[in-house]
Amino acid sequence: MKLHRSSGHLTLAIALLALPFIIDALFGHGWVRITDFALLYIMLALGLNIVVGYAGLLDLGYIAFYAVGAYTYALLGSPQFGIHWPMYVVLPLGALIACGFGVLLGAPTLKLRGDYLAIVTLGFGEIIRIFLNNLNAPVNITNGPQGISAIDPLQVGAFSFGSSYEWMGIRIDDVHLHYYLFLGFTLLVIFVSRRLEDSRIGRAWVAIREDEVAASAMGINTRNIKLLAFAMGATFGGISGGLFAGFQGFVSPESFSLMESIMVLCMVVLGGMGNVGGVVLGGVLLVALPELFRNAAGPVQQALIGKVIVDPESLRMLMFGLALILVMLWRPAGIWPSTQRRREFAADDSVLHQEQETVYDASK
Amino acid sequence: MTPPSDHLIELSGVGKHFGGVIALADVSLHIKQGEIYGLIGPNGAGKTTLFNVVTGLYQLDSGSFDFAGQRYTQCKPHLLAQAGIARTFQNIRLFANMSALENIMVGRHLRTRTGIWGALTRNAAARAEERATVQRARELLDYVGISSAHQTLAKHLSYGEQRRLEIARALATEPKLLALDEPAAGMNATETVALKALLQKIRASGITVLLIEHDVKLIMGLCDRVAVLDYGKKIAEGAPEEVRRDPAVIAAYLGGEAA
Repeated sequence: MKLHRSSGHLTLAIALLALPFIIDALFGHGWVRITDFALLYIMLALGLNIVVGYAGLLDLGYIAFYAVGAYTYALLGSPQFGIHWPMYVVLPLGALIACGFGVLLGAPTLKLRGDYLAIVTLGFGEIIRIFLNNLNAPVNITNGPQGISAIDPLQVGAFSFGSSYEWMGIRIDDVHLHYYLFLGFTLLVIFVSRRLEDSRIGRAWVAIREDEVAASAMGINTRNIKLLAFAMGATFGGISGGLFAGFQGFVSPESFSLMESIMVLCMVVLGGMGNVGGVVLGGVLLVALPELFRNAAGPVQQALIGKVIVDPESLRMLMFGLALILVMLWRPAGIWPSTQRRREFAADDSVLHQEQETVYDASK
Repeated sequence: MTPPSDHLIELSGVGKHFGGVIALADVSLHIKQGEIYGLIGPNGAGKTTLFNVVTGLYQLDSGSFDFAGQRYTQCKPHLLAQAGIARTFQNIRLFANMSALENIMVGRHLRTRTGIWGALTRNAAARAEERATVQRARELLDYVGISSAHQTLAKHLSYGEQRRLEIARALATEPKLLALDEPAAGMNATETVALKALLQKIRASGITVLLIEHDVKLIMGLCDRVAVLDYGKKIAEGAPEEVRRDPAVIAAYLGGEAA
């Protein structure tokens, strides 16, 4: 059994290592780049999963933490201020600042629940974006809507993830190198998520999601435990943001719109709230499918009707909405839900039966 | 004036209102270490309000509340749980989609330490604590008599089992005072008898019990002392037999003027 498991892990490891080369060979360079972005989004989705999936707090402004991480990296590693700190300083710093923002947002708002919390976090997300957009006057900090460009590549010492290397006759490009870097971080985030989920703290999160009043009566400091969820989620967002800035070499407020928050939330909800595997699947699907569609929509229309009637971009959102509705109809707990969430969404005959029995007992 | 040392809970002049509605007016009572104290009264008398004050769900508007010699007049529920007050709810509030065992493990949260670092590294201390938590949860399931249900989701348990699980979860916090809000509601006669035995067992283990109940037979057979609330006021207090004969209590239950 143990042998079986470890051989499974080995297969998975080899597959993950070979993946960028397979994708490169089959679909071309562009798709390796898309894979890199998929990993960034998976990290984001896993961070949001802690807040939404475990602790049950609906956060619609999550992308703000991604923005904080990205701008931290951008400001401390670009000609903007002429600061060029190394990645191993700036990335943790970005994560820490994002974590701080998570606490900053969480502390005053965590008394709110459900819809109210969602609205406040949505506002927070927009505030951050608008700040980034306008902090170019009177003192130019963020360079406003133009964004910050010529950001330092991710590099450790002389080794830059933004260059190409030859190794034993194999050419390894920047997108491949970024893939391995991002994969490492993603695996770390998965590890942290899984460990936390199955611990005293993870149980406290689920208890709060299930019944906050009962949780506090059991001695759980609900405010601190919820803050912890916010802080953890924000930290993951900050790391992902820093990696994004280094990878892209350019950040602007445009990348952190409400639509991005919704997109990440969709990855969590669609894939399966509370289940790490489901969230990863959600991230992969929601990055890959729209790209596929963008490439396919134009040619398909051309072939069928003879001209492009609907702009592929708007058609993409249409199909996206449709897919979301269909999944929610057929698999309301997500494509690959956690066992717990599946229970919550299951229409339960035995419960119904028992409730009727209880009513009957009480009336006796 | 310091209260006698065998008073676990000391309420004096407690008042609570919701807008214009006075739920509690100048209620003073004490609960002695090791007794089973009953709280009865007609519907809407303020029993659950008093209960929620004692467990920190409501902040009282006037008066004071001491527990184990400490003042807890304005206090959060989790701090009272920390101090040693555990409760159950009138309309059962289990973590419905967690198993019976997991429910009790949540109750152990308070008395365990593992933080983020322990959870991530799973060091020896964290693993030992987790094992102890599971062990204790199993013991408690056994203690309340539902050990066969440990894998069952809370929401799939029978009504009586859910009541018992709530008690087990409360006991997991190692309380000095166990506060039960209508634990026999919805139970049949057999289950009520079993509940009575369980509560006597809990008292024998040294835990003080505060009990709200409508089942007069249960109250009379179980409680050392009883207080009667009506319209937010305490109208009687004493041994169950005395209270039962009290004209004010009879008037409150049957209606009409007190003689």
